[in-house]
Amino acid sequence: MTNHWIDFKNADVILIMGANPAENHPVSFRWIMKAKDAGAKVICVDPRFTRSAAKSDLYAPLRSGTDIAFLGGLINYILQNKLYFEQYVRDYTNSAYLVSGDFKLPGELAGLFSGYDPKKRSYDVKSWSFQKNEDESVKKDPAMQDPHCVFQLLKKHYSRYTPELVSKTTGTPKEKLLEVYKLYASTGQPDKAGTSLYAMGWTQHTVGTQNIRAMSIIQLLLGNMGVAGGGINALRGESNVQGSTDHGLLFHILPGYLPVPSADLKDTGAYIEKHTPKSKDPQSANWWQNRNKYLISYLKAIYGAKATKENDFGYAWLPKLDPGMNASWLMIFDNMIKGKFKGFFAWGQNPACSGSNSNKVRNALGKLDWMVTANLFDNETASFWKGPGVDSSKIKTEVFFLPAAASFEKEGSITNSGRWAQWRTAAVKPLGQSKPDAEIIHELFQKIKALYAKEGGALPEQLTNLTWNYGFKRADGTTKGVDIHAVAKEINGYFIEDVEEKPKPLKPGEKAPPAAPPWAPKKMLGKKGELAAGFAQLQADGSTSSGNWLYTQSYNEKGNLMTRRGKKDPTGLGMFHEWSWCWPVNRRILYNRASVNPDGKPYNLKKAVVYWNPTAVLPTGAVGAWVGDVPDGPWPPMSNEKEGKKPFIMRADGVASVFGAGLKDGPFPEHYEPVECPVPENFFSKQMTNPASKVFSDANVKEDQLATCDVRFPLVATTYRVTEHWQTGVMTRNTPWLLELQPRQFCEISVELGKEKNISNGDIIEVSSARGKIEAVAMVTPRIKPFKIGDRIVHQVGLPWCFGWHTSGVGDAANLLTPTAGDANTMIPETKAFMVGIARKG
Amino acid sequence: MSVSRRNFLKLSSSGLAAATLGINLAPIEARAEDLPILHARETTTICPYCSVGCGMIVHTLGGNIINVEGDPDHPINEGSLCPKGSSVYQLRDNKARVTKPMYRAAGAGEWKEVSWDWALDEIARKTKIARDATFLPTSKIKVKKKVGTTEVEKEIEATVNRTMGIASVGSAALDNEECYLYQKLLRGLGLVYIEHQARI
Repeated sequence: MTNHWIDFKNADVILIMGANPAENHPVSFRWIMKAKDAGAKVICVDPRFTRSAAKSDLYAPLRSGTDIAFLGGLINYILQNKLYFEQYVRDYTNSAYLVSGDFKLPGELAGLFSGYDPKKRSYDVKSWSFQKNEDESVKKDPAMQDPHCVFQLLKKHYSRYTPELVSKTTGTPKEKLLEVYKLYASTGQPDKAGTSLYAMGWTQHTVGTQNIRAMSIIQLLLGNMGVAGGGINALRGESNVQGSTDHGLLFHILPGYLPVPSADLKDTGAYIEKHTPKSKDPQSANWWQNRNKYLISYLKAIYGAKATKENDFGYAWLPKLDPGMNASWLMIFDNMIKGKFKGFFAWGQNPACSGSNSNKVRNALGKLDWMVTANLFDNETASFWKGPGVDSSKIKTEVFFLPAAASFEKEGSITNSGRWAQWRTAAVKPLGQSKPDAEIIHELFQKIKALYAKEGGALPEQLTNLTWNYGFKRADGTTKGVDIHAVAKEINGYFIEDVEEKPKPLKPGEKAPPAAPPWAPKKMLGKKGELAAGFAQLQADGSTSSGNWLYTQSYNEKGNLMTRRGKKDPTGLGMFHEWSWCWPVNRRILYNRASVNPDGKPYNLKKAVVYWNPTAVLPTGAVGAWVGDVPDGPWPPMSNEKEGKKPFIMRADGVASVFGAGLKDGPFPEHYEPVECPVPENFFSKQMTNPASKVFSDANVKEDQLATCDVRFPLVATTYRVTEHWQTGVMTRNTPWLLELQPRQFCEISVELGKEKNISNGDIIEVSSARGKIEAVAMVTPRIKPFKIGDRIVHQVGLPWCFGWHTSGVGDAANLLTPTAGDANTMIPETKAFMVGIARKG
Repeated sequence: MSVSRRNFLKLSSSGLAAATLGINLAPIEARAEDLPILHARETTTICPYCSVGCGMIVHTLGGNIINVEGDPDHPINEGSLCPKGSSVYQLRDNKARVTKPMYRAAGAGEWKEVSWDWALDEIARKTKIARDATFLPTSKIKVKKKVGTTEVEKEIEATVNRTMGIASVGSAALDNEECYLYQKLLRGLGLVYIEHQARI
């Protein structure tokens, strides 16, 4: 989230699309209702009339997998009716930039952008670059009239997204579309805010990233980024999925979003060169220019004294990917089913139900030599060898089940969707012999390390050189227990040596101050052994450590800020800066300097996130300061041409990207159909599906089947969660109160489809796809209506994905039906739009 | 008289009792005084389910959890909880919780309870064998080199130091500190096949 949960109350219009907070994030809905109480309007766009829809002012149905068409129509509406926030668009986005004359739009190339290579299923992005002046700066047209400028290209691209064509594709009635467009576009007024709440309904598509890009473009056109009640807000599904992402439990990132090194970057120098964006624009903060400090501090955190300047801080020990290597989720199970892994850890996760095409996942587990699972409860993954239709005597996989402690049986922090890291204290000891995950990881490390110390093996230093001083030392050198505070402090980072404050670099024409006399005390940034106060103190020379630069400040010399319970809210906007701590540097709303004009005056005076007080006098004698939220950097407002900085500090050019040249499937979102779809044509172009998405079509993997426009599977299906269960249901299916409330797999179908198939409410039906079938109770409901797509009537059905065979009598996993297909940018599987058939049983 | 939350409970239960019975109130009042959480230790925690991050108070007595409720001081939930949060209590009072390590041998039809030491020794041994057998110190990769003004593609043998035969998924269910430790262990073992809930 760029904003945070309480901030919903500050919105004027709330667009819930690709999410269902009333049912899946129930307590967050109180802040949506508070916004409503204050006069805000709530819009819900969903294939199903959900409880979020029931509480909305405006509901619009759409067919699963057509969000880009819907949002593209909104972009077109905003541009055609000139409802955008012009100053914001010109000053804070790349809309005025000129794009290469070679660049072509899908409207000109039958659905493709220029540069597509069908053999590689990828784009050569040369033509997606900006035109440059002789001094390498980007050519701009501040009037945004040049036909090659981003703004005009955007206008041209989305002029194809007429309400008629959008309605024909999405199945949303045209008048509903226009109602939504008119209401949401009203937030283009400088003092109005619209917020976007999305979840897996947007990400789990082969065009998932572009769904969110489309909304980002809308938020930029309307000036809704950085403001109270605005932003792009991912309602994340798990209590600490934000934290686990921040800490790099993914194949492509180390903690703090540092890219995992690839083999072509042979040393830290090459890594830093490649991953440090450059900017000559004096008004660009270009925050990632600090990449070197974060990488070296990470290496110092994990290798400690073993990381020296001489050995390049141990960079060689970090495992490396081949350039372009894809080690993501779908690839893991694709490799596993081909017998490429010996061992597998499923730590607090149940892929036999959560993995798309679960039959493939389940069959893949049988190809392993061994598997380790850590969980609170037995589940479909741990016990896959006794699942339905499995002959356990034929499964050779050895399985270990390690019982983990529950959240309230251990101590540590978790980070919510609003980036607040909150500390939990242990209420009781772990149940039975169960142990906190940290203890299990710790003991496993000690045992493997001991084996390598004794016997040697493949590059033992990779493991044995890790710092690991978290507990009480025994006489034999091993440690007992994990002091979780020691881990939290390592994440925050230390000064490893005394570090002197460096004089600020001189500006052109500025005179150097007189040299201090030799007897004057040295100004210290930090002393050896002190915790770093914030990431601005981290160094690239090995004098500091930090396990994750984003969390530097969370646990510093002032204490553990994540435990704070202060309730001060001076702005009244609900930012609560003294409650827990949030990354980065306790900033509650990201890009908050975009909420003010170039002079530092808030666009919305009544809900000012930050403002520039030009007369404030600081202890240093400097004049002028930001007031309100922690600003995106201390620099004065942009109108100060010498020192002011642009607000989007994580972009090398300091502005937000309406034109996103860094994406794999196009700089603007374009509508493509899901890999399985009910229509034989894409009404927008000849290109049916995302040309850069990942398809799995190995003839040797029988589990990978697709059936598009297949008479056996004529219904569009989607999956979702219910209030009473969580994810695959491992915890909630084992909670008797919750299982009683929501006892078994169901399938929602429309009254019309029920009539057509002779299915009544409560009938047992079989739902099947090209990959599998499950049994469900039919829920015949007016909450789902048939769609008119072109000249056809298309039916949509929906299933919760929280059930599995391990709980008796509840039915098996909805993911047995979903396909193996990955988004072009993220490789997130497409589980929100696929094709099924249904039939009454018995 | 100001009415606190607990006083209110007392008042309403005695009022109710008086209305229904109209007789001796002493035992009823005594019961109301004895709310189980009265002498309980209060510990704050955050809900383990969705990502809203609601605050909770866990009441414990003699090492047992006797109640879990929303934290009224928490700025996000202000005391409220959803059905999942409200039933966190049952994650403790639960016969289905696995409380001992278990092992399933190749071809076996059932789990067998084992000791922690045995399980971790076995896992450590198997991890080492798989790592040593599939460790890739170098890999042939293609790199682009500039020769004069033209770019030439060249194959080189580059250091990768990675383990190809082990993969890991999970875990958004861990605390931040545990996630950090887990990625440190996995990368220390040379793994690159590291994924979790955020990808799906």
